[in-house]
Amino acid sequence: MTPLMPTCKEAAALLIANEDRLIRLRDRVRVRLHLMACKTCPNFERQLLTMRSAMRQWRNYASDEPPTPKA
Amino acid sequence: MTSELATPFEQQLVEHRGYLLKFARLQLRNESWAEDAVSETIVAALGKPQSFGHRSQLKTWLVGILKHKVIDIFRLNARTVVLETDPDTDHANDELDALVFKANGHFAQAPADWGNPEQDLQSQQFFAVLEACTDKMPAAMGRVFLMREWLELSSDDICKELGLSTTNLYVTLHRARLRLRECLELNWFGARPDSP
Repeated sequence: MTPLMPTCKEAAALLIANEDRLIRLRDRVRVRLHLMACKTCPNFERQLLTMRSAMRQWRNYASDEPPTPKA
Repeated sequence: MTSELATPFEQQLVEHRGYLLKFARLQLRNESWAEDAVSETIVAALGKPQSFGHRSQLKTWLVGILKHKVIDIFRLNARTVVLETDPDTDHANDELDALVFKANGHFAQAPADWGNPEQDLQSQQFFAVLEACTDKMPAAMGRVFLMREWLELSSDDICKELGLSTTNLYVTLHRARLRLRECLELNWFGARPDSP
């Protein structure tokens, strides 16, 4: 059986996995527990959120940016 | 020569070529594939000339066509696209893991507080760094990552298009995201004067 409390490395892996797929309820609970107890991982989670909005904006900024001048 | 007299629509297409090429290169990681995708996009656009009220609408339309052309090229070259899971890359990935995490599973260096990123996301320079970070990924990883983030394909579709196992896909995306985080922290968020 997996220990209830994941390490930062495991928690980070689950947080990253969550960007691309639905993680199991059990794992979501383990990550939440870890985030409550850990001082460093909440920053990591916020960084992933920032990256998510950055990628979203990058896709869109695409259409606002002036065309590159001809070389 | 009369053939050089381009219609306004043709001129507009030419103006967007460089931009389309940038995305095609970033996504395909192969110069001749990128040229093909953009040429085919322009040919397709020429076949359906239309006018747009705003130039960004034309751009959005062209990018939409380009995305389809890119997927066609991935289909034609599926084998080559994912071929590069070579031991060198694997080795580099293990090194990244060892760099980010200590043996006991703690972060070797605590992730920084990136603050309120709203301002960063207004900055062209930020997106230049983001593109450079994506560009630095190994080719196979970069392709898969952008299929997800730029082509916005579902995991299932990426696996189907490339004949990848889901495990393989998730491992690749995991590494790509970890790298991107590392690269942004190093080259943007950590480099800011106001960060601790």
